[in-house]
Amino acid sequence: MSSGIQARAPAYGSPHAGSPKGPRLKLRLGKRGILPGFGLSMGYTLFYLSLIVLIPLSTLVAQSASLSWEGFWRTISAPRVMASFRVTLGAAVQAAAVNGLFGFILAWTLVRYDFPGKRIVDCLIDLPFALPTAISGIALTTVYSRNGWLGGPLESMGLKVAFTPLGITVAMIFVGLPFVVRTLQPALEDLEQETEEAAASLGASRWQTFRRVILPSVLPAFLTGFSLCLARAIGEYGSIVFISGNMPMKTEIVPLLIITKLEQFDYAGATAIALVMLLLSFGILFVVNLGQWLAARRRRAG
Amino acid sequence: MYRNSNALGESAWVRWSLIAVSLAFLSLLLLTPLAAVFYEAFRKGWAAYIQAISEPDALAAVRLTLVTAAIAVPANVLFGLAAAWAIAKFDFPGRSLLTSLISLPFTVSPVISGLIFILLFGARGWLGPWLSSHGLRVVYAPPGIVLATIFVTFPFVAQELIPLMQEQGDEEEQAALTLGASGWQTFRLVTLPNVKWALLYGVILCNARAMGEFGAVSVVSGHVRGQTNTIPLHVEILYNEYNFSAAFAVASLLSFIALITLAVKSIAERKTRTEMEAVRKVDERVP
Repeated sequence: MSSGIQARAPAYGSPHAGSPKGPRLKLRLGKRGILPGFGLSMGYTLFYLSLIVLIPLSTLVAQSASLSWEGFWRTISAPRVMASFRVTLGAAVQAAAVNGLFGFILAWTLVRYDFPGKRIVDCLIDLPFALPTAISGIALTTVYSRNGWLGGPLESMGLKVAFTPLGITVAMIFVGLPFVVRTLQPALEDLEQETEEAAASLGASRWQTFRRVILPSVLPAFLTGFSLCLARAIGEYGSIVFISGNMPMKTEIVPLLIITKLEQFDYAGATAIALVMLLLSFGILFVVNLGQWLAARRRRAG
Repeated sequence: MYRNSNALGESAWVRWSLIAVSLAFLSLLLLTPLAAVFYEAFRKGWAAYIQAISEPDALAAVRLTLVTAAIAVPANVLFGLAAAWAIAKFDFPGRSLLTSLISLPFTVSPVISGLIFILLFGARGWLGPWLSSHGLRVVYAPPGIVLATIFVTFPFVAQELIPLMQEQGDEEEQAALTLGASGWQTFRLVTLPNVKWALLYGVILCNARAMGEFGAVSVVSGHVRGQTNTIPLHVEILYNEYNFSAAFAVASLLSFIALITLAVKSIAERKTRTEMEAVRKVDERVP
């Protein structure tokens, strides 16, 4: 949009139109666009980013560079640390799977159907975003504890939720739900009716249409939502520490372990664990970008 | 684009079962905790509620939370506007890198967000010795809390503004410039009104997160009652002392704000979508 204007002469009435040198074009190397304020806005942006983001992050990089391989490995392979990764990742994958299924159903229902209270439901999906994590944490613990509204009935059925890995999964389901729903909604809305009609006219049953036509189209968005939910679940702290019980080797999550190490002034250990977590997040981010790239490629082809 | 139950849709009973499953899942997962907050907060009566939220440590926590939000939100709005202006109206090398950098806090665990400030300002951190020799405290004190909050919330405003301003392009601003407006006038009278709903949306989200942030703040705070506790941290202390009704009473304050956030979000989102669609309609008309 802005690239075209540089070839056109300034409009009538512009301060440059009547200049003896003829219409002047503002060309600045490295910046395409003629609006003012690039220097100021860019300068402030970079200043702010450096102060708030880059400098603090660089300490993480520097600290991790000072870690020796043996120190790093010793920290990570400690039984308690390994156990926390196992607990966290296991629960996160389960939570992402549950959110994948129910999140899809929710997104489908919100996009395709009309029912009383639909607007409220749509609004409510973002509750885990808006509610502070500590409050979700204590609320979930109260609800799922032994004499809680849901914990009581579940316990009488033999399912203990609070202070077990199952509780961790439930908390992760709570915080991760909006990611799946909000990523799937636009994808489902973008589906073209003609494709489904074509499938139906070729004799496909509704289930076949769903499985062969609709699902593949929304798969990239689903992958994105699933991955975002997974990443969030792995890094989540506030909602989980109350309901988990924090028993080392059994229900201790990775973020809590980082905090424990910090309290013991084991900066190196905390950094080592944080590095592994960051690698996991970036790996998941890579998958997300892959999914979006696939979606873009599909859109270009179709 | 409007889809309702059409002829090649699912049968009625499939439709209604899916709706039922959705509603049941949502109620069980989301509504019960939300209801529990208010139920527990008011269970011991109105007097106990007032006492819990007017207790000195609670008030100190409210004060710190408000001060933190009052610093973090405007700073991040300024940043968001500057970043959106630079990214949306200009083309420069490294633009997509900048955009990814801005969404960095979303991918990082809150505990790690707090960790980096400890590494920088903590007693054994980079600037630790320098700070303690000057008698200054950043982490385990309010300044650290404010910094950590700014870190986790700074993308919110920018994230809302950038896509919208990119979609809007710069034709209207260019028109304003050719009519003789200065840069600031253009920004104030042309750009800002066009993005006002997205801006509001971003501010609300930023504020909700700034007031409610727990993980990052928990790492950098000293957890000193009445001094370095925000509302979420104070709730944690009360809860761990088994003072449940007081914990939920204080928690209900932020829950009210969460509900207001959701309501404003829903309104602002609809208006933003109208803004986006208005832009697209204009684009379709221009040959």
